[in-house]
Amino acid sequence: MAKKRIGQQTFSFESGVRVISSAAVGGPKEGEGILHSELDRIYPDNYAGQESWEKAEQKMMEDAVEMAIKKISLSNDQIDIFLAGDLLNQNISASFTARTHQIPLMGMFGACSASMLTLTTGAMMVEAGFCDIAVVAASSHNSTAERQYRYPTEYGGQKPDTAQWTVTGSGAGVLGTKGSGPRVRFATIGKVVDMGLKNPFDMGSAMAPAAVDTIEAHLNDTGNQPHDYDLIVTGDLASVGHPIATDLLADRGYNMGKNFRDCGLMIYREDQQSFAGGSGCASSALVVYSHLIDEMKRGKLSRVMVVATGALMNPVTYQQGESIPCVAHAVTLEMD
Amino acid sequence: MKMTDTDHKQKTNSQQEKEQKDYQEFAGKYRPKPKVLINCLKAFLIGGLICDLGQLVQIMYIKWFDFAPDRAGDPTVATLIFLSCLLTGLGIYDEIGQWAGAGSAVPVTGFANSISSAALEHYTEGYVLGVGGNMFKLAGSVIVWGTVSAFVVGVIRTLITMMT
Repeated sequence: MAKKRIGQQTFSFESGVRVISSAAVGGPKEGEGILHSELDRIYPDNYAGQESWEKAEQKMMEDAVEMAIKKISLSNDQIDIFLAGDLLNQNISASFTARTHQIPLMGMFGACSASMLTLTTGAMMVEAGFCDIAVVAASSHNSTAERQYRYPTEYGGQKPDTAQWTVTGSGAGVLGTKGSGPRVRFATIGKVVDMGLKNPFDMGSAMAPAAVDTIEAHLNDTGNQPHDYDLIVTGDLASVGHPIATDLLADRGYNMGKNFRDCGLMIYREDQQSFAGGSGCASSALVVYSHLIDEMKRGKLSRVMVVATGALMNPVTYQQGESIPCVAHAVTLEMD
Repeated sequence: MKMTDTDHKQKTNSQQEKEQKDYQEFAGKYRPKPKVLINCLKAFLIGGLICDLGQLVQIMYIKWFDFAPDRAGDPTVATLIFLSCLLTGLGIYDEIGQWAGAGSAVPVTGFANSISSAALEHYTEGYVLGVGGNMFKLAGSVIVWGTVSAFVVGVIRTLITMMT
């Protein structure tokens, strides 16, 4: 058996890979929300000074990466690898950001699970000794995602309450072994779970079983229990999917308690229209790379599991009547 | 009897289907119920108001601009389309649409919104392939199937008239 794998699906990090720096940026709506004081930059509008929303999303990822690197006084040529993902065709936000920053790129697609997919892979590369320092990032933008997956942004079609609001912004982390910050302790790469749901306006119900599958695997493999964590957060299950996940886990004997939350419900205030809650790669990226890492550094949280969930469909598959395959990747971060 | 590979596969497939079905029923309980009655009332209210506005505009064209009553429909529709496109451009029509549902989607203003929103959306891809190629992305379907159903209804009507 592989030396650093425990159980069926989980990698155990032994050499002290840490998130030594992080940054998160958001659009105006995110800036008015709960993370208001914790985001590193809030743009006055969704264009972020660019001509198109695609360029705006790219600008946000560029800024998040730049700020995360500068916070610990590193320069781009000291970064060995850049792992990034987004929701757009051919992962353009990641690739175009890498074009600007000139750091060797590995583009990764995991839909909204990209934040933990890139963090896991980056940590593995540092752990294995292929890199000293890796930068990981994920981004999404409400308007680019609407265009990509749904209707024109100004189209007046009514959305149901189960719909979610794609978060605009980007989060980036710098991984290395020298420095301070939360340690990446365990990571579980999830299986693709498909419970036959087909409604793209109800991703929470589609993704909940994937989150449950990965959380169960992560707990089984590590031998941890939910109460061993100060916080377990899912990426973007929102107000429909999160209670489903809670009850499914209870059925399997895991009482998740009050410390089980969802990033999609930690971004917007209740009076901000976000339907069931936030979604998109930036949902977990913003919460993790601003609020959660700050809280861990402040000593308020010492062990956190982040389970980023992703719906792996595209507009062609759901128009052809295919159901929505989903995935979730879990990472345990620890302060020591 | 020994189970063959295909038997086994079929069994797991039907098991999986049952699991999926059970989950879909279970998840259904967590979804907020669509507020059908409230949505109907809102649609009635806003849809009615849009029609009232149309009526007012039509009366205006007849009274003040000397349009014959049977010709006043054309400038009326054009005015409503203009207003809808303006509100779409200002980012207001989608907010009305979220509140009013079918009330703002069904009238001609909704049709105008579907075209202007698609045109705006693809403006960054250029006037020819972007705006021109995409503005009927949503409305095209309405035009195609509207024409086809009009043709079918027309044929039926002609046949009935011929028979009677």
